Amino acid sequence: MNELSLYILDLVQNSIEAGATFVKIEIVEDLENDIFLISIEDNGRGIPKELINEVTNPFYTTRKTRKVGLGLALASQLAKDCNGKLIIDSSENGTKVKIKLQHSHIDRPPIGNIVDTLLLLVCGTPDVDFVYVHRAGKKEFVFDTNKLKSVLGEGVPLNLPSVQEFIKEELSKGLSNLFGGANFND
Amino acid sequence: MIKSIQELEEIRKKALEELEFRKQQGEGIRIVVGMATCGIAAGARPVMLKFVEEIQKRNLKNVTVVQTGCIGLCKYEPIVEVYEPNKEKVTYVKMTPEKVSKVVAEHIVNGKPVYEYTIGYEENKEANK
Repeated sequence: MNELSLYILDLVQNSIEAGATFVKIEIVEDLENDIFLISIEDNGRGIPKELINEVTNPFYTTRKTRKVGLGLALASQLAKDCNGKLIIDSSENGTKVKIKLQHSHIDRPPIGNIVDTLLLLVCGTPDVDFVYVHRAGKKEFVFDTNKLKSVLGEGVPLNLPSVQEFIKEELSKGLSNLFGGANFND
Repeated sequence: MIKSIQELEEIRKKALEELEFRKQQGEGIRIVVGMATCGIAAGARPVMLKFVEEIQKRNLKNVTVVQTGCIGLCKYEPIVEVYEPNKEKVTYVKMTPEKVSKVVAEHIVNGKPVYEYTIGYEENKEANK
């Protein structure tokens, strides 16, 4: 995978599979300390203690369709490649996966199309609440589906075309502001 | 983050109309995109978004696009399944955004599946190699 946004899409699918109803995705770009931090926190059923050391092994998976699971294995490799580390914190109340990377590392993939990732997650799983926080230096962008839902009211799912369009615009604008006008929609 | 509450209120009204229309139409077409690690790595995200975009553009109100996990045929990813009421499921393999446009035009709108993109066609091709 050549974009960090694809790793995020993949890992959040784990949260959804784990029955999460809330997922918080946080990105911190700390240039001063040369850190690129991705954190994904959910309220899913968690990873059993005895398996916590197994999950980055590509030959461990809970899925039934095949015998390998690459999501966390790839994330772990990514961390190794970029002079960083993968930290998994899990209890029965949820899981927090943190990927810490060296921001300036030559092998660190670009964030890529994070708008598309978020749009798919938010609209593809309308029953899950998402919070996205992206900090770059002193600037911060926060996107919270709960705020949208409170205005839209009960019974209007986020995956209706008109709502999707609105979400896409909000995300593009927000992220573009964060990076002084760069286009995040390609 | 919300530019104007008024704007969202208008969207809410439009959304409620869309919902009402879906209810009246009953069960519609369901497009399912495989979105596990294998699918994502093979390019499922642009494929799914292309479906969403085409359906929006053509204003097809009775079609929903959803994602699923691994379908189990990783070498054929990105995989898309099309479920139409009272019809057999059609499985498309090795999808690309370009193929999506054709599938929407010929299959979703006109009801004629695109055989060259289906798993049956692909398997035949491999068997005859």
